[in-house]
Amino acid sequence: MSGALQDWKSQKKPFAAVVTAPVFWLALFFVAPMAIVWLYSFGQNAGPADIEISGTLDNYKRATEWLYVSIFLKSFAVATLTTLLCLIIGFPVAMAITFAAPKWRPWLLLGIMLPFWTNLLIRTYALMALMGTNGYMNKGLGELWEGASWLRTLVGMQPLDAWTPVQLLYNNFAVVLGLVYVHLPFMVLPLYSALDRLDKSLIEASLDLGAGHFKTFMQIVVPLAAPGIVAGVMITLIPALGAYLTPDLMGGTDSQMIANVIERQFKRANDWPFGAALSFLLIYAMFILIAFQSMRANKVKAA
Amino acid sequence: MTQAKQPIIQIRNVSKRFGKVTAVDNISLDILAGEFFVLLGPSGCGKTTLLRMIAGFEMPTEGQIFIDGQDMSLVPPNKRPVNMVFQSYAVFPHMNVTDNVGYGLRIAGVSKGEIRDRVAEALELVKLGGFEDRMPDQMSGGQRQRVALARSLVMRPKVLLLDEPLSALDAKLRAQMQFELADLQDKVGITFVTVTHDQDEALSMASRVAVINKGEVAQLAPPADLYEYPANRFVADFVGSVNIFEGKLTLDEPDKAAVDCPGLGKIYLNHGVTGPHGADVWVALRPEKIYLHVPGEGKAVRAAAQDAPDGHNLARGTIKGMSYLGDITLYEIQLEGGQMIRVSRPNLSRHDQEDFTWDDKVSMHWRADSPVVLLS
Repeated sequence: MSGALQDWKSQKKPFAAVVTAPVFWLALFFVAPMAIVWLYSFGQNAGPADIEISGTLDNYKRATEWLYVSIFLKSFAVATLTTLLCLIIGFPVAMAITFAAPKWRPWLLLGIMLPFWTNLLIRTYALMALMGTNGYMNKGLGELWEGASWLRTLVGMQPLDAWTPVQLLYNNFAVVLGLVYVHLPFMVLPLYSALDRLDKSLIEASLDLGAGHFKTFMQIVVPLAAPGIVAGVMITLIPALGAYLTPDLMGGTDSQMIANVIERQFKRANDWPFGAALSFLLIYAMFILIAFQSMRANKVKAA
Repeated sequence: MTQAKQPIIQIRNVSKRFGKVTAVDNISLDILAGEFFVLLGPSGCGKTTLLRMIAGFEMPTEGQIFIDGQDMSLVPPNKRPVNMVFQSYAVFPHMNVTDNVGYGLRIAGVSKGEIRDRVAEALELVKLGGFEDRMPDQMSGGQRQRVALARSLVMRPKVLLLDEPLSALDAKLRAQMQFELADLQDKVGITFVTVTHDQDEALSMASRVAVINKGEVAQLAPPADLYEYPANRFVADFVGSVNIFEGKLTLDEPDKAAVDCPGLGKIYLNHGVTGPHGADVWVALRPEKIYLHVPGEGKAVRAAAQDAPDGHNLARGTIKGMSYLGDITLYEIQLEGGQMIRVSRPNLSRHDQEDFTWDDKVSMHWRADSPVVLLS
């Protein structure tokens, strides 16, 4: 198998036959539109539906204004926090699936993947319904509050004030929670595949040699799951950085992320050149992340 | 080794059930300090479960395990004075040889200088000097196993547990490692407890063997006793190759016994078997303990079988199958009664295998101390 693939240089014709169609597809529907948008980023509006590509760098200059830089930084912060939370929540989940009885594993994995098959919009609205001022989360918190109040009366203290629903939606908390909810499967699946490949007797060997569970986790499980962790972080961080729907629906006025700003340029502001410039700055940021990761991977391979 | 050996591991009425499956069924046995103990049995007999209970990876459903007099019921694996060499070796793939071998000492907080000395010593012991900086994926299976051995021995455990230590090695290397393991055990003086399904491995390395069948100890004995004095049909059949015939005990005195086997003939033994007279018994006869003769040599055969009364310990048959193995030739012989018997014959000269061939009529005899009478 791998031999045949490595020999593509000596088997040019079949290789060309296989590779032409996807290359053509990519060129036509990915490279060409991206190139057009990239050219727009060096242009300016010449009319309501007319863009003159003048080679100006004004759009990029404008993008360095603090307003936009701060939104970029905030997007990074939100995406990083989301990724971190996904890692912290996802690792135990992936471990639990790995160590579950074999007959349960496919069902648990199905549980992780089920949300994938549901439309993102529906999932987001469902989450919003839960988190609204009349949603189940607030109702549950209200019950707890009243329970606490009742307990206070039992010990002779003043009851608490009446429960006022908490504003869970339309703020940064809601955005991070929504992003974690959406991206968790992306983190769990690569972690699971890395942990599943890990020989369980390595863990037993570490315990056998006197290490406790925490030391075994830090010295054996984490280093050996590192490829899964890196893959999970990349696959979570990059889409979270470009998240659009979640901040749009669940965020407040101050929780817009860079994708929302870009959307506004293309739609309401009708400033395609500036939107294109912001888009490409986001893409460059992602490129840098991916480059870092592959450099690190090469270093690990060389060592 | 003149002093009386103390038990280092005491297994007391230990059972282990997984759901409805009983893996280990009320086993009690003592493993003595400094011995090379082997748990032998077919796959799924519970031997590995027993080893894992000693290591602490499984908890007994019932019963107790004592190591060096201490009850291990509540002691986790990382606090037990035993170390294990895993079947897959479980060498940490992200650490070089030195870090692998030094892992347990680092965890224990041993000083760097001492770690260096002890790791070097352990690597010397398993003949891996010069491999300090190798990564596991740059080593052969046999070398990785030595790393796993060194990693355990460096901890100076009271007991070293080995799970099928040779199963992943090729035949030549396995034979070599059998000697090396026995040698190593002798050198370090640590109690070795090995699990294997390979009887050659058990016989060649062990000081004592516990044969396990269906979660129970079928027999506990030194290797030679196991082979020559099997306690029951399972052990006779599992350890080595054997012919087993049903019969009735017709004579049983302190210095002689006789069994009438419809399939084989009259069997005479020059020792008693202490079984009830007339009882249904089985006679086990090893293939290499049967002598082959051409039928014309009737007198010679009778002369050879003179340690038994006339007409005992003799049989006749036709060769139906032959397999030449170099050092010996195996014959499948159909007895006159129709049953098959297996006979092996050493090729003492270069042309011995040509003495007999398919469909030859042959006579057989065996010595009066060769058959083993089994009551179960």
